[in-house]
Amino acid sequence: MERLSLNENPPNAPQQRQPQQQNTLGPASQPTSGPPQLPPQMFTTAAQLLDLTDKKLVLVLRDGRKLIGVLRSWDQFANLVLQDTVERIYAGKLYADVPRGIFLVRGENVLLLGEVDLDREDEIPTSVTKAPFEEVFELKKKEDSQRKAGDKKRHRELSALGFEPEHSGEILF
Amino acid sequence: MLFFSFFKTLTNQTVTIELKNDIRIRGILKSVDQYLNIKLDDIEVLDLDKYPHLSSVKNMFIRGSVVRYVILPRSEVDVGLLEDATRREAANQAGKAR
Repeated sequence: MERLSLNENPPNAPQQRQPQQQNTLGPASQPTSGPPQLPPQMFTTAAQLLDLTDKKLVLVLRDGRKLIGVLRSWDQFANLVLQDTVERIYAGKLYADVPRGIFLVRGENVLLLGEVDLDREDEIPTSVTKAPFEEVFELKKKEDSQRKAGDKKRHRELSALGFEPEHSGEILF
Repeated sequence: MLFFSFFKTLTNQTVTIELKNDIRIRGILKSVDQYLNIKLDDIEVLDLDKYPHLSSVKNMFIRGSVVRYVILPRSEVDVGLLEDATRREAANQAGKAR
């Protein structure tokens, strides 16, 4: 990757050069009198994803889903395309795989993504065992409703004490 | 931008990240971007039994918005320098607001 300096005037780069459209989530356009701005090439969400392309990944979504698939494409918002995706459902000490196919995931729903070590892929911890989908799904439904009830109770008690519960309105898993 | 620069000075250090869903991951900090999205190498999940889906993962990309804490090696942080930088940043911000 190109080496970039933090200097106020990057070498051979006129100050006004930076186009404003390249990153809509980035800082808004600055008056030239403001503090020095980093060159746009420094903002590199996409660069972090580059070396994960065509790798087998575990993707954890905001709603708690775990998807396992091959990353085929992405953009600067971490919108992702996964191929040959399998959704792995966990409940209690059981898990099940559901083949899903191709996924296009909107970046905001991504919690984390991890590259699967293909040498250790089949070393599933002894704490979980594979079970038929229906069984796991039923168990998960039960667990989810229990957790929801518990969360609701806790949130009620917290807000009665004047606390805003952590990550309220967002299920994190 | 201060923390972005700060975390960049910590690349290639071992850090522990605690996520908002209580997962703690230790690994080598590989890169950070402007949203404080983080890339970790050679990861190790503390309390792996609770998060079996993360076994056999070797490196990961974590979205900045789900991070609760980044636990840093004490020896790698120049507190004095960080304090100075913080004050300078605050002064800059105040200057901008005026």
